[in-house]
Amino acid sequence: MSYQARFKVWRGDADGGGLVDYEVTVNEGEVVLDIIHRLQATAAPDMAVRWNCKAGKCGSCSAEINGRPRLMCMTRMSVFDPAETITVTPMRAFPVVRDLVTDVSYNYAKAREVPSFVPPAHLKPGEYRMHQEDVGRVQEFRKCIECFLCQDTCHVVRDHEENKTAFAGPRFLMRVAELDMHPLDAAAEEGLDRRRGAREDHGLGYCNITKCCSEVCPEHIKITDNALIPLKERVVDRSYDPLVWLGNKIRRRGAEHAP
Amino acid sequence: MATGTEPDTSAAGDRSARGVHHATRAAIPARHLRRDRWWLQPAATAAGLLAFIVYSTWRAFAGSDYYAAPYVSPFYSPCLAENCADMPGGADWEIVGSWWALSPALLVLIFPLGFRLTCYYYRKAYYRGFWASPPACAVPEPHAKYSGESRFPLVLQNIHRYFFYFAVLVAGVLTYDAALGFRDENGAWGHMGLGTLVMLANIALIWAYTLSCHSCRHIVGGRLRTFSKHPVRYRMWTWVSVLNARHMQLAWASLVSVAVADLYVYLVASGAFDDPRFF
Amino acid sequence: MTRVDRQAWDVVVVGAGGAGLRAAIEAREQGLRCAVICKSLFGKAHTVMAEGGIAASMGNVNSNDDWQVHFRDTMRGGKFLNNWRMAELHAQEAPDRVWELETWGAVFDRTPDGRISQRNFGGHEYPRLAHVGDRTGLELIRTLQQKIVSLQQEDEREYGDYEARLKVFQECTVTRVLKAPSKSGSAAGGRVSGVFGYERESGRFFVLEAPSVVLATGGIGKSFKVTSNSWEYTGDGHALALLAGARLINMEFVQFHPTGMVWPPSVKGILVTESVRGDGGVLRNSDGKRFMFDYVPDVFKEKYAESEAEGDRWYTDPDHNRRPPELLPRDEVARAINAEVKAGRGSPHGGVFLDVSTRMSAEAIQRKLPSMHHQFKELADVDITAEPMEVGPTCHYVMGGVEVDPDTAAAVGVPGLFAAGEVAGGMHGSNRLGGNSLSDLLVFGRRAGLHAARYAAAFATGAAPAVAEADIELAEAEALRPFGAEAAGNASGGVAENPYTLHQELQQAMGDLVGIIRRASEMEEALHRLAGLRARARRAGVEGHRQFNPGWHLALDLRNMLLVSECVARAALEREESRGGHTRDDHPGMDRRWRRVNLVCRLADESAEPAAADSVLGLIRLERLETPPIRGDLLELFEKEELRKYLTDEELTS
Repeated sequence: MSYQARFKVWRGDADGGGLVDYEVTVNEGEVVLDIIHRLQATAAPDMAVRWNCKAGKCGSCSAEINGRPRLMCMTRMSVFDPAETITVTPMRAFPVVRDLVTDVSYNYAKAREVPSFVPPAHLKPGEYRMHQEDVGRVQEFRKCIECFLCQDTCHVVRDHEENKTAFAGPRFLMRVAELDMHPLDAAAEEGLDRRRGAREDHGLGYCNITKCCSEVCPEHIKITDNALIPLKERVVDRSYDPLVWLGNKIRRRGAEHAP
Repeated sequence: MATGTEPDTSAAGDRSARGVHHATRAAIPARHLRRDRWWLQPAATAAGLLAFIVYSTWRAFAGSDYYAAPYVSPFYSPCLAENCADMPGGADWEIVGSWWALSPALLVLIFPLGFRLTCYYYRKAYYRGFWASPPACAVPEPHAKYSGESRFPLVLQNIHRYFFYFAVLVAGVLTYDAALGFRDENGAWGHMGLGTLVMLANIALIWAYTLSCHSCRHIVGGRLRTFSKHPVRYRMWTWVSVLNARHMQLAWASLVSVAVADLYVYLVASGAFDDPRFF
Repeated sequence: MTRVDRQAWDVVVVGAGGAGLRAAIEAREQGLRCAVICKSLFGKAHTVMAEGGIAASMGNVNSNDDWQVHFRDTMRGGKFLNNWRMAELHAQEAPDRVWELETWGAVFDRTPDGRISQRNFGGHEYPRLAHVGDRTGLELIRTLQQKIVSLQQEDEREYGDYEARLKVFQECTVTRVLKAPSKSGSAAGGRVSGVFGYERESGRFFVLEAPSVVLATGGIGKSFKVTSNSWEYTGDGHALALLAGARLINMEFVQFHPTGMVWPPSVKGILVTESVRGDGGVLRNSDGKRFMFDYVPDVFKEKYAESEAEGDRWYTDPDHNRRPPELLPRDEVARAINAEVKAGRGSPHGGVFLDVSTRMSAEAIQRKLPSMHHQFKELADVDITAEPMEVGPTCHYVMGGVEVDPDTAAAVGVPGLFAAGEVAGGMHGSNRLGGNSLSDLLVFGRRAGLHAARYAAAFATGAAPAVAEADIELAEAEALRPFGAEAAGNASGGVAENPYTLHQELQQAMGDLVGIIRRASEMEEALHRLAGLRARARRAGVEGHRQFNPGWHLALDLRNMLLVSECVARAALEREESRGGHTRDDHPGMDRRWRRVNLVCRLADESAEPAAADSVLGLIRLERLETPPIRGDLLELFEKEELRKYLTDEELTS
């Protein structure tokens, strides 16, 4: 039932560090986070790691296991060969703080740049009416636990630090999509164009839909197919459709010539 | 005081180092630590696409052996040049004059080619397979700069929707071609051969692929904000969504079926093989 | 001594779960500057674990529902020990709090006519829980988080700074609530002046000065071995309040959720939502028997089905049938499961079977219980659409908490201190109904924020209570003690203690001795062990430095866990009856005379220097407080017959 496993865990901080070898007991039914906790309680009491719910609901224990972005609490030890050495590193797209803890402030900064839900002016609390089929898409995106694994794996920022200013990342483009699909969002009435924002402020064009965000999502949200591509199509409606462009042009001219 | 909601820009070190080796990130010499065979998928994708490109280039430029009554190769339909083979009852509309001396396939292939080239699935496939951007998840890409589809030329991928409209027209013609497959070589109706089945399978897959397109999904209903006000379009959107979930499989299946259909016609037309007739 | 970073705010909220964020939003909307401090990242609070829903009598699914019915259910669930005024306010205001969330962007599941859908839950007479699948807590946290961001965006437009009036200090821990000395000079009657804490990331200390501090730190579950709670639940707010001179009530009432996962060991305790039963899940023992029919207590006999057939019919025709006993209040179900396992009729891993697969289609299960399906598939390799789950009781919630004024959420005895959510006591009496937690967070979070803001606004600029330099130095020395433990230990002849070991021993003691079924002798033993642990915790030592050092963090949290554990054990020993979340093997019946008693805990030595290693005396003093009489018009909502079960004869006649 139990066996000794070999682990390599990255230890260090912003000034440097490296993979450290550990031998540790693994029991039946355990996940990688249990092993990290066992290391804390025995070999390395000061090993820094974020975690919270241990059930894949809070999105705190994001890391990279054998080079793949994963939640440590949702990675069962039984998927590994007992003879295998398991490598655990912090997320590699974000600045490291210490050991497995990274500075995820990029995500919080991007979250602030997405204009919030605009409540419709004509409806009071309690008067909102939405049908289940109208909220289904939005609800899928709101399953997001903000583990930021999609942000971590996205090559646009992982491989190009300089793109972090222009690109919001899959999680926050999905937030834009969520608001644009919300049946009662009144952004347009306030003169706010979320589609233009997606292209101009949040860097939707940087996404080349290579789907790594969808692959790593622990909530199995189809980020690319259901959020990013539909958002791209909505941007096409807004910015790249010559018929729409022509229509707008004519309408604007019409308005100018109106008495 | 740090609150963790403002990015820290104070870290020292070599800021010129790229990506995962940027000075602020965990110091790990290896570019990636994946131990599975992550290269297999992009390699297989590239090989598959390459094989199709080689085959289709040869066939498209050949300009011969594309019609064997009652079957026409999907590469050559509709056939729009004066130099087209005579296809009784078929889609050989000689719109382009005799000045066109190249293979007539080149005139029409632009549309399905453009459709597939700008398709959201194929984009992923060749960005990963040919351009290694990225080769696989959490495996760094080799390029120093990246602007994705935000600039010319890749910003042109946004015209996918218009290729979709053309692809529907082409699929319509191919449907007509498939129907013509129920004739015999003399044009009499009510017959069927192995080629008819090949044509039918091909057109079914072409339609499934075309309708499962992300742009199609957007146009039929995805662009709506409140589905409940458009029950018919919502129903259509749910159907297309089911197909869309299989878009990758349909992309490959229809790619293979087009090549097979063409190859079948080539074999029959060049006399290498006789179309078995059922009735 | 290092210089400590100091900032001045109007309102400081400790905790960023549902109650804390709702309080912060309210304080900021009152025009005050508000700081929120939380131990985890912003948006990761334990509220995300709430699954079932928010109880609010909107009457969307059954129009017979109203606040009076909700009030009645809440009082029944709490066995009439609830602070009736809190229960009344809660029932009245919950619908508004839910509707308000929609205007902030929350997207609940819908009824066919487009309103917020409501689901059945244990102890609620009508379908009442607004929900989003089984991830309602996540929706609540995300909505509040996004509302905070939206307020910050407003401030950015107005002041050019997102954090001008509302700032989240994430990954920070508060170790002391600071007070200005009272006019008489002693700290005892003083007003709150701010908080002292440290940044987990850097280990740096800081002081936020503020006349109002709202505690919204959640519960104490991490003192127990099998718990659904995360590491954050170390009773910080309970302990901070005690140390600041406030009192805790009802600490003996700890809710054990009947259905936690029992296997694999690493996830033991993690919650299986009550919606599984609300949507048709049945409990069976190893004989395949639906044992809950044998455990319906007399007070609930008329309300629950007598046969399986009737229970089954209730799901489709609730007006003409009674609900199945699987939907009894949580304490009843937890005790029943415990009894079945003890009688040898448990499942292979020491729980019982909970089965939805026989009653719902696989497709319906995946739609209604997606995260449960996911949780069992990924963590236990069990497909709940085809097989039963194994479940057993897990420590879930503490009904006890800071004694507060029901209308203002102000902590009794400490001006400037407020408490809301799980850290506040009284609202749920001896047992909380499922779904009443999220509504509690919203209703009293808002009230705490409102009254904290009003209290703070009453101080003229510069007139806020001052933080004493000496208090900062004391707090700093206390926080640094674990680093010097080795040296101190050697000097006194002991060795430094591993905080992880101490924590495990504490959890074991509380789980074994003050758990779901309690006995006097065991609780005396628990108090004895707690005294020993307290002495050893003084020597808890850590290696390394202050930057993100979890060993150090745990060493500091031990103080809080030990304090609240003693409160639980001492109050549980005192209350010689069984009621709600407190079951005494040696006093199995409910005693109407005990209903009039709230047990109040306060700190013995107000300087909080843990001198007393004496298990008999300890650090906590208990007092009995008579519960306020329930207002007449509220009593009239109940049948006389029913009241007779809870109220003494003299209460009934007066």
